[in-house]
Amino acid sequence: MDFAPHTEEEIRAMLGALGLERLEDLYAHLDHELLNPKITLPPPMHEDAVLRHVEALAKKNQPGRVFLGGGVRDHFIPAIVDELASRGEFLTAYTPYQAEASQGILQAIFEYQTMIAELTGLDVANASLYDGASALAEGVLLALRATRRMRVAVDRRVHPEYRQVLRTYLDAVGATLVETEGDEVPDGAGAVVAQYPDFLGEVRDLAPRAEAAHAKGALFVVATDPLAVALLKPPGAFGADVAVGEGQPLGNPMQLGGPHFGFIAVRGKLLRQLPGRLAGLTTDHAGRRGFVLALSAREQHIRRAKAKSNITTNSQNMALRAAIALSALGPEGLKEMALATAANARRLYQLLLEAPGVRPLTRPPFFAEFALILSKNPEEVRRKLAERGFHGAYPIPEYGEHAALFAATERLTEDEIEAFARAFWEVV
Amino acid sequence: MNVPSDRRYRDTHEWAKLEDGLVVVGITDYAQSELGDVVYVEQPELGREVEAGEAVAVIESVKTASDIYAPVSGEIVAVNDALAEHPEKVNEDPYGEGWLFKIKPKDPAELEALLDAEAYKKLLAAEG
Repeated sequence: MDFAPHTEEEIRAMLGALGLERLEDLYAHLDHELLNPKITLPPPMHEDAVLRHVEALAKKNQPGRVFLGGGVRDHFIPAIVDELASRGEFLTAYTPYQAEASQGILQAIFEYQTMIAELTGLDVANASLYDGASALAEGVLLALRATRRMRVAVDRRVHPEYRQVLRTYLDAVGATLVETEGDEVPDGAGAVVAQYPDFLGEVRDLAPRAEAAHAKGALFVVATDPLAVALLKPPGAFGADVAVGEGQPLGNPMQLGGPHFGFIAVRGKLLRQLPGRLAGLTTDHAGRRGFVLALSAREQHIRRAKAKSNITTNSQNMALRAAIALSALGPEGLKEMALATAANARRLYQLLLEAPGVRPLTRPPFFAEFALILSKNPEEVRRKLAERGFHGAYPIPEYGEHAALFAATERLTEDEIEAFARAFWEVV
Repeated sequence: MNVPSDRRYRDTHEWAKLEDGLVVVGITDYAQSELGDVVYVEQPELGREVEAGEAVAVIESVKTASDIYAPVSGEIVAVNDALAEHPEKVNEDPYGEGWLFKIKPKDPAELEALLDAEAYKKLLAAEG
């Protein structure tokens, strides 16, 4: 079918039905300045001059080593990830889900799902979601659908930004959110949410929380760290029904906060409540192995308003990067990476605590991140560290006026950790 | 299309039949042929109180997924567990082994308000 724009006649008929005269009347309620913003641009520049200009802008970036936490970290990315993920077949394909044309990408999704299911200790994962925060919101909505309840209990040590996003989603469906501490589960909750390791980095045994949630008929939703669970007991093993998280630490650069990807995995009995795309393994008419999109009837293009979620896509290229990174590292490599991360974080913690007036907020055991109480404004500490070429001290005012988050990864050398500690001692 | 006269119908293509004081619910022959091969039935949980006209189950076919509405108000007291393994029974025997669930009706008179076989046949003729 050809692309056929509306004719003048059709436009007039539609405007007539709306009781309007001109197309502009549709936007009459908008601020004129917003609709027609004045854009002050410099005069045109020569291509070479633009290049120089942009290079000068790029030099303003402060590369430096990263000691910031918050779920996004600077982990090693094997070179094969860029090489494979940037191939045109993967990178430029748009909604490449036709089984007859896209076996490669469908298989990659299937492998990714399998790895996420293994990491989280659950039965099935989808093709990915947007990021950690929206994955948590989808996980909670899923639990509310399954329990037919409208109340959510969220641990105060869940990432504050995740809680904010969750609130936005819950407001839209009319569900209520209560913040909790410890293993107490309020009556009537359909979803009980905790983070593992929690936002302050601590690793706690959440089995009692899972038990308490189940005893009250709720599902247990755990936001987790995909690298931490390579080392720790996975959420599925301590009673989580749903595991979600930010996938960036697997094969994806920090890239100023995004794009990243979110992951979600669930117990088999919740399979039909999963939102979004799901690749499945099947056989064709000749009995040969093949991959297809599975269980699409849950989704918006079929179920319309009654779909399990309004998500119609996934963060395919970022999830693909994770699948390639996991394949390149292998289970042992991933575990070594996680161990080196935890060892570096522990070393950093000890060194930073040597500064006078600095107290721990996080107690061991922790994984890659921990929080400290500084003796002065953490924003000022962060700025002074940046002047010295380090990114560190992420202020977390909700947990204390002088509270700040720190992180280490396996990429840091002993020298770099010590250099950061010396800079920290100077500025606190 | 087969429309047995021993039961009542909703205009959304469910049938309802009183058996031993319980209302057995399924979908009509017309509904199963429109849906195509049924691959999954999402059943309501036992003990759930439902209102007449409320969406209580979902039938998924290779083509689509459709809500199933309760023909009468009451409590869900049984679901057809056999469909978990053999959803194709809905296609093969929609008025028999392919039944979906049973409701203990609040008011059996609600059944009388539904379409009889003749009225349902007329509806099908009109939908053509």
